[in-house]
Amino acid sequence: MEKTIAGKTVNVNEEGYLTDFSQWTKEVGEELAKEQGIQLTPRHWEVIDYVQDKHKKDEALSVRGIKKSGVFDVKEFYDLFPGGPLKKATLIAGIPKPKSCI
Amino acid sequence: MKNLVILGAGTSGTIMANHLVSKLDKKDWSITIVDQYETHYYQPGFLFMPFDIYKPSQVVKKGQKFIPKGVNYIVKEVELIVPEKNKIALADGEELPYDILIVATGSKTAPQETEGLIGPNWYKNIFDFYTYEGSKALREKLRNWEGGKLVVHITEMPIKCPVAPLEFAFLADAFFKDKNMRDKVDITYVTPLSGAFTTAEATKVLQYLLEEKNIKVVSDFNIERVDQENNKIIDYAETEVPYDLLVTVPTNMGDELIERSGMGDDLNFIPTNKETLQAEAHENVFVIGDATNVPTSKAGSVAHFEAEILMENVLAYAHNKPFKEKFDGHSNCFIETGGGKALLIDFNYEHEPVEGTFPIPGIGPLQLLKESRMNHMGKLAFRWVYWNMLLKGVPIPMVPSKMTTKGKKYKTQ
Repeated sequence: MEKTIAGKTVNVNEEGYLTDFSQWTKEVGEELAKEQGIQLTPRHWEVIDYVQDKHKKDEALSVRGIKKSGVFDVKEFYDLFPGGPLKKATLIAGIPKPKSCI
Repeated sequence: MKNLVILGAGTSGTIMANHLVSKLDKKDWSITIVDQYETHYYQPGFLFMPFDIYKPSQVVKKGQKFIPKGVNYIVKEVELIVPEKNKIALADGEELPYDILIVATGSKTAPQETEGLIGPNWYKNIFDFYTYEGSKALREKLRNWEGGKLVVHITEMPIKCPVAPLEFAFLADAFFKDKNMRDKVDITYVTPLSGAFTTAEATKVLQYLLEEKNIKVVSDFNIERVDQENNKIIDYAETEVPYDLLVTVPTNMGDELIERSGMGDDLNFIPTNKETLQAEAHENVFVIGDATNVPTSKAGSVAHFEAEILMENVLAYAHNKPFKEKFDGHSNCFIETGGGKALLIDFNYEHEPVEGTFPIPGIGPLQLLKESRMNHMGKLAFRWVYWNMLLKGVPIPMVPSKMTTKGKKYKTQ
């Protein structure tokens, strides 16, 4: 389905995740964050860069992986994206949430 | 004479040896396969052993039985892959030079990655069922367990056969019902993902299974540690889940050999081109099965489909021709739901599992994403297919390596 955000029309799935990463812009990211009640700071942007980089390399995302990366402290990750940090960070970053096959 | 070396004689490596022995000219090519263990396990059987559905003897055979004549079979540990020098160093000091290398070293559980998981209660009230030993030990435990809180837990993704933990929960429900003690067992499924089902379609059509079987779900649970003293698992958000019996799927990682050789990512999986199955870093190295980082399931069916594509690509590379075949991420899995029923799913990189008919579009006889007895029969029959067809590289009738979208109910976006 289509959604208009930050003056742009993007395709999203039923849960609001972008289905085409090429439609993502920083402005779209900021608006998506606001919808989650999050005001993005430079530290948020570092997380977004990190998860987008993982996505581009087709590498799996996990909270433990983030701990191992040494880039972020897990507690900080939870503080930045309260609730489900991976779910929210990926939504804002315009990439699919980590999922299983079904 | 040129050398093609396959590392790992599991599902992927064995299939590749069988495919290539008849395709590569024996005058020009020598094929060698190396594995440190003599035993070949039917890993899907590990799911059934705890419930006494399969006996240990049904899931173990000698690996040699499946290695074709004309392939050198070496049972030794590998110390290092040296891709810059095109050679393998074996642990006993011997070296194997190669012109083409196929890495099929798989993935395995790494319980040491989680704080507190290996401790005094490991294999007492904490088990995995992803290893032969764990599955067998859990079988002994379940025979006499008097009930309590059963927690089925996934540490982190990716894992081999991503639906196996859910199948375990379903089979446990059926097992305790059969023993007339379901009321004494509380089943909780704990996952780092957003739910037991993570795609919209599966959630819509399968959510009823959890309710019907009274399985509680704790989602978005990212384990920090196991507290063995107090029998609970604790996540980074301080959520605690108490257990009497913990059945966990530890972190899955590629072999340490990959780490030693500097060829893997954080989890020792090798960055691999998802279409050609060529290692990103070395053009004469190919990777197949669980050892890759390609974004599809780590499963035997995937290895089987990849093998058909990889055979063509290895032959093309050996003859200096361009790659013609592209792997589409095809995966096909039966999912046990307990009580003699199962689901079947068929998907690839692009298409998530949906309802439909399989393998003949519009006819079946198998139903996709829907419970049926026929699917369960398919799952049980698969053990025979595995030992007698799949490992030998015999094509499975009507199930091509590339997924078909026919007979599947996709929604237009």
